[in-house]
Amino acid sequence: MTQGPQKKSLLRLPHLAMLAVSALIASSAFHSASATDEDIWPALEKDIFGTRTVVEDTSAVTLEAPYRADDAALVPLTVRIPAHMADHVNKLTLVIDQNPAPVVGDFTFGPAAGSGERVIETRVRVDMYSNVRAIVETDDGRLLMATKFVKAAGGCSAPALKDTDAALADAGRMQIRHLAGEATAAAAGQRMGQVMIRHPQYSGLQLNQVTGYYIPAKFLRSIDVTRGGERVFRVEGGISLSEDPNIRFTYASGTDDTIEVTAEDTDGRTFTGRAEPKGS
Amino acid sequence: MTRNRPPFTYPSFNDLPPRRSHAFPLGRMDRRALLTAASSLSALLLLPAGLRPGRAESAARPSPHPFVDQIAPDVFAHRGEVAVATRDNAGDHANMGFIVGREAVAVIDTGGSAKVGARLHEAVRAVTDLPIRYVINTHMHPDHVLGNAAFEADGTTFVGHHKIARGLASRAERYLAVYEQDLGPEAFAGTKVVIPTQLIEAPTTLDLGGREIALTPHPTAHTDNDLTVRDSQTGTVFLGDLVFAEHIPTIDGSILGWMAVLDTLAAEPADRVVPGHGPSSMGWPDASKPIRHYLQVIADEVRKMIADNRTLSEATQSVGLSEKDAWELFDAYHGRNVSAAFAELEWE
Repeated sequence: MTQGPQKKSLLRLPHLAMLAVSALIASSAFHSASATDEDIWPALEKDIFGTRTVVEDTSAVTLEAPYRADDAALVPLTVRIPAHMADHVNKLTLVIDQNPAPVVGDFTFGPAAGSGERVIETRVRVDMYSNVRAIVETDDGRLLMATKFVKAAGGCSAPALKDTDAALADAGRMQIRHLAGEATAAAAGQRMGQVMIRHPQYSGLQLNQVTGYYIPAKFLRSIDVTRGGERVFRVEGGISLSEDPNIRFTYASGTDDTIEVTAEDTDGRTFTGRAEPKGS
Repeated sequence: MTRNRPPFTYPSFNDLPPRRSHAFPLGRMDRRALLTAASSLSALLLLPAGLRPGRAESAARPSPHPFVDQIAPDVFAHRGEVAVATRDNAGDHANMGFIVGREAVAVIDTGGSAKVGARLHEAVRAVTDLPIRYVINTHMHPDHVLGNAAFEADGTTFVGHHKIARGLASRAERYLAVYEQDLGPEAFAGTKVVIPTQLIEAPTTLDLGGREIALTPHPTAHTDNDLTVRDSQTGTVFLGDLVFAEHIPTIDGSILGWMAVLDTLAAEPADRVVPGHGPSSMGWPDASKPIRHYLQVIADEVRKMIADNRTLSEATQSVGLSEKDAWELFDAYHGRNVSAAFAELEWE
């Protein structure tokens, strides 16, 4: 992707959209250099984690991402936290260096996340060739990271909506699935679930040339997932989460495996859903 | 890239209805009339090289300009390169054409740059001096609309599906940026987005003077703004990208919607169709079969993956590979098609 239009989009963000996303936009994202020109991670690291140091450690966390994305607005990511770390990890942050809003989301895990291998799988927008990072925070305060380079472009500024009317009419519709028998969750007591929420996830970076205005940002601010009333995770997210947010996750099976989901968007609308386990 | 399918057989024109007399009004001797009058083979061979038909298949009906084939009486179509946009093709990588009536011309799609649009404009002017009353865009994609600017000076009305304005407006900036990069400054020069203003919500007939063309807006299929154009006089249908030939289809709307629209269209007879990519003229409904099959294979295999709790990334690596040899540009678009189909079908 060329730099020109990208930079222009950011600079011409209308006031409202700017306000809505400003909290999520790290100042270093306004660098005009491309991914290959300059490593912006040191500046980002400081913006996101302050003076704390992030250490690359793939024995603590791994990240799977396609080297070349099929669709920049729908790039699948899988984060795995091995069983020996799971008990010690409370937080996971996903970062896409070159995105206008580099922090995809902050996950906070609860007791129902369990102690077997922990898996989080979701889909993100990638706006230009970029490093993608998964950073876990351990209970003794260490920040450990896995990094993958992804070739994709235009995921944030391109309208992902293939059918705008259908997407808007359907916003908030939720599907929650228990993925029984999922091989990746074979560890003792761990199950796999999936939550899908219809939402256009407007990035605030999409220009409507008829009106000359950017479509205001409108996206899911948070998603809370519980199992039997106990937290599996809460994610606070931004515009880098793809349209129709979709998260697969491991959870610890308990006496009540009902999964409940509450999501809130930037308009303050709340969406809820619940799913009883299969066959119960 | 090598072709691995037999050459396409062009439909015969022998069974066309006789030309109506008003096709050649007395006193109007434009270049089209002159050239059509000189249509015996010997006369054709005497034409300068640039005016001979570009392809053997179209020798049955001479075209006065090498850029287009005359696929039916006064219906012309250009075969775009089956390729992505490059400096070499200057954005000439989609089919387009025009229909000439007694009083006016309708252009259908304009190519991927102002330069390509200008070539089509030149071809129109080699055929007739009649005004270009309409430029009809079959959908919002840049390879079909970025040549619109070449027709602006004619006072032409730009026509499209009622959802094309919103779709194109929200993508315009990005389309221009990508094409500027892919074509380079020289080929891209003068290119801009011209958004249709006559928006079609229900089937509509446009009159070119003794020649009616029927416009049909479709529900979400290839995109959410697909429009087809039927020339009632010759039974020729410009399908836009609702049909791809040779070039792998690209899903930017709804795979299920697309299959349904293809089924509807396949039940409506046509003497010939112009697909959005591939040959400039094809038989119907045969032209719909390979793409309908491709979409069905993707849908069936993606549904199986979803039922088995497989993931999006697993699907993009394994679905539809049996179709690989049937299409050009498979590697460029197939993964994205599977990705789009997966995101749609997992909500079933």
